[in-house]
Amino acid sequence: MAQMSLVQAINSALDTELDHDPNVLVFGEDVGYFGGVFRATDGLQKKYGSARVFDTPIAEGGIIAAAIGMGVNGLRPVAEIQFADYIYPAYDQIVSELSRLRYRSAGEFTAPVTIRTPCGGGIRGGQTHSQSPEAIFVHVPGLKVVMPSNPYDAKGLLISAIEDNDPVIFFEPKRLYGGPFFGDHQATSQSWRGHPKGEVPDGRYTVPIGKAEIVRPGNALTILAYGTMVHVALAAVERLGVDAEVIDLKTLLPYDMDTIASSVTRTGRCVVVHEAPRTGGFGAELIAEIQEECFWSLEAPIVRVTGYDTPYPHAHEWEYFPGQGRIIEAINRVLGN
Amino acid sequence: MYQIEAIDRNPIFHDSPYNQGVYRFHPIGKGCGASMKTARRFVPPTPPHGRFQLPDAPRRPGERPDFSALKLQPAGAANKPAIDVDPMDIHDLAFGLIRVLDDEGQAVGPWAAKLSVDTLRQGLRLMTLLRIYDERMNALQRQGKLSFYMKAAGEEAVAIAQTMALRASDMIFPSYRQQGALIARGRELVDMMCHCLSNARDNLKGRQLPIHYSWKEGNFFGVSGNVATQFCQAVGWAMAAAYKDTDDVAISWLGDGSSATLDFHHAMTFAANYNAPVILNVVNNQWAISSHQNIAGGARTTFAARAIGYGIPGLRVDGNDFLALYAATEWAAARARAGHGPTLIEAFTYRAGDHSTSDDASRYRPKDEAAAWPLGDPLKRLKDHLIGRGAWSEEDHLRLESELKESVAKAYKEAISYGTLHEGPWSPVKTMFEDVYEDMPRHLRRQRQAHGV
Ligand SMILES: Cc1ncc(C[n+]2csc(CCOP(=O)(O)OP(=O)(O)O)c2C)c(N)n1
Ligand SMILES: [Mg+2]
Repeated sequence: MAQMSLVQAINSALDTELDHDPNVLVFGEDVGYFGGVFRATDGLQKKYGSARVFDTPIAEGGIIAAAIGMGVNGLRPVAEIQFADYIYPAYDQIVSELSRLRYRSAGEFTAPVTIRTPCGGGIRGGQTHSQSPEAIFVHVPGLKVVMPSNPYDAKGLLISAIEDNDPVIFFEPKRLYGGPFFGDHQATSQSWRGHPKGEVPDGRYTVPIGKAEIVRPGNALTILAYGTMVHVALAAVERLGVDAEVIDLKTLLPYDMDTIASSVTRTGRCVVVHEAPRTGGFGAELIAEIQEECFWSLEAPIVRVTGYDTPYPHAHEWEYFPGQGRIIEAINRVLGN
Repeated sequence: MYQIEAIDRNPIFHDSPYNQGVYRFHPIGKGCGASMKTARRFVPPTPPHGRFQLPDAPRRPGERPDFSALKLQPAGAANKPAIDVDPMDIHDLAFGLIRVLDDEGQAVGPWAAKLSVDTLRQGLRLMTLLRIYDERMNALQRQGKLSFYMKAAGEEAVAIAQTMALRASDMIFPSYRQQGALIARGRELVDMMCHCLSNARDNLKGRQLPIHYSWKEGNFFGVSGNVATQFCQAVGWAMAAAYKDTDDVAISWLGDGSSATLDFHHAMTFAANYNAPVILNVVNNQWAISSHQNIAGGARTTFAARAIGYGIPGLRVDGNDFLALYAATEWAAARARAGHGPTLIEAFTYRAGDHSTSDDASRYRPKDEAAAWPLGDPLKRLKDHLIGRGAWSEEDHLRLESELKESVAKAYKEAISYGTLHEGPWSPVKTMFEDVYEDMPRHLRRQRQAHGV
């Protein structure tokens, strides 16, 4: 076991897989020599050579199309898109090609591509370095969509993603790269040191795709969150002193409806939290499914806490960010306080 | 038809794994133009990884910068064709280098435009202002007063000379490194700073990261954070100008790295297809964050040469030569206005600073590479030229610098009187919900109300 930050855990997962499977290739913009603008691939080119860890031209569509071709030819490509905000030039390749390749060829052709991309705000990045576009990928049949909230899960889930034969979009909440974040930007930032999920095994292990985790058991209500918002939700619950059950979804597609439904059936109340905009967000999907499965157990309407339906602003970042205050308000509403 | 004869090693980076030779193309068919055309030919390296070949930067940290292999076409040597030339006849201009200022600072050759001393002094003034402004803003970011900054250091001539060569009614579609175009168009420093501070007077209402300027009045389109997206938009603007039968021209820039995007291909295809009055520029400053221009295809050929495949003129220009940039842009603008369509210009320069304040270039390139750049510093070269003409002196320059430093300091004082990034005042919080649509729909109004503003 070692202490790792989330970004080190990503690096360790890539290291493990590069070591374990010669067909694994890691590439993207500034990924090779430099080791990535967030250092996620630091040292890997030196260790595995530039044929396995390399820089690409600035052409996201090209990166994913090439990954598909490599995957079809037996490799296991791990592509980085430098920011989720820059994934759109690749959207056509992801949606029209990567996600449907197995289906349209009746299983003749597949490409086990993993696309890693940093997402989320809270870093004063403005509208083009802050987005959380998970919902527009969750809507695409054939993709798997993952977003870890801590170093341990990040490594285990990334290894699962790379070894998965289906394409996986792997979102990395960049605000968590260095430490957990509780939603208060004025508080001194913390590192993962001392956090139980900052303890990461050196070698290979997996965290299964498709499994959520109850990170705080409780009975008064269920809070569903993923990525950065898991920590913000936990902090809000502590602050309010309420007996909430907090579930870290980890995988958004296919999501773990069993864990969700059994919790909500028990608590009868639910708040869904995400940083992405509200309308058409992943929360809407969860709530629709929950009301179908748990309607007769519900004691109150399910409430969403989300980013607003505006682009991510720069000066008003902390007005936009769905922090503890908005979560507490929602909990109170759902509890009828 | 071309016949290929080896004449030399790669003039750009002789040690690039891809590029071992310079080849001279002898035009042997009809319509190939009269001049000799030079190009570099792809020679596969000894495969370091089986057959899988990878480009790399020529020099990395710890190595000595070395541009000795760069064989630059001498100043004054490039031909200057008529503005209605057939693009097929000027392929040589895509492989050579249009340079006006020679090593002694003299303006030589057919591209030496007859610019007034006043215009040149103005160019020097604006470039100096841009450098001082950039340095000040970068320093403020280091002190935590701005969230982010990007300098144009080393490539100041690009936006300034090219904007000066155009009319005020011509439309600018910038990348994030053409703040010089704003300066050349007379944008007040206070306004530029208020944007970077995201304060109450920021014309973008605090919505954008610093340096993502927008200035409609100055015909300066808003900067996007996504690279290259502006390139084909400029073409569309130019198509509209032609449709409206005005003689306005659009200009856009992107970097060597960004030329890899689909947007580049879209822009070139649309510009060629509709003969759009547009000037498309690749600012080849050698680096795209940590990726050398070799990784964007620069190891095989020039960026200007890409124009050939689309049938439009490609001019490769010394990007640190104010006069050459001015002349090339003036030529392209005249060509576009006269209805002869688009031009691609490669401005061959060097990014002297870090990519941005989030970057540390010494991690991926030799520290002193900028100083070793053989095409010098654009400010110094124009200054030396003016001094050589007896139209400027070192004392004049010192006076200018201190005058401009003072006006930058004064502008900053005024800018922070309208608010700072951390203490405000900012644009009112309710403005966060505005401009998503022309009229605010119900769901946004409700979100705004729930937020209590
Ligand atoms: C579509 C997209 N992909 C990636 C990025 C991240 N990014 C910002 S600038 C940059 C490098 C661009 O280099 P270049 O085009 O050479 O321009 P320069 O910075 O040298 O002016 C990258 C990769 C982005 N902004 N947009
Ligand atoms: Mg560049």
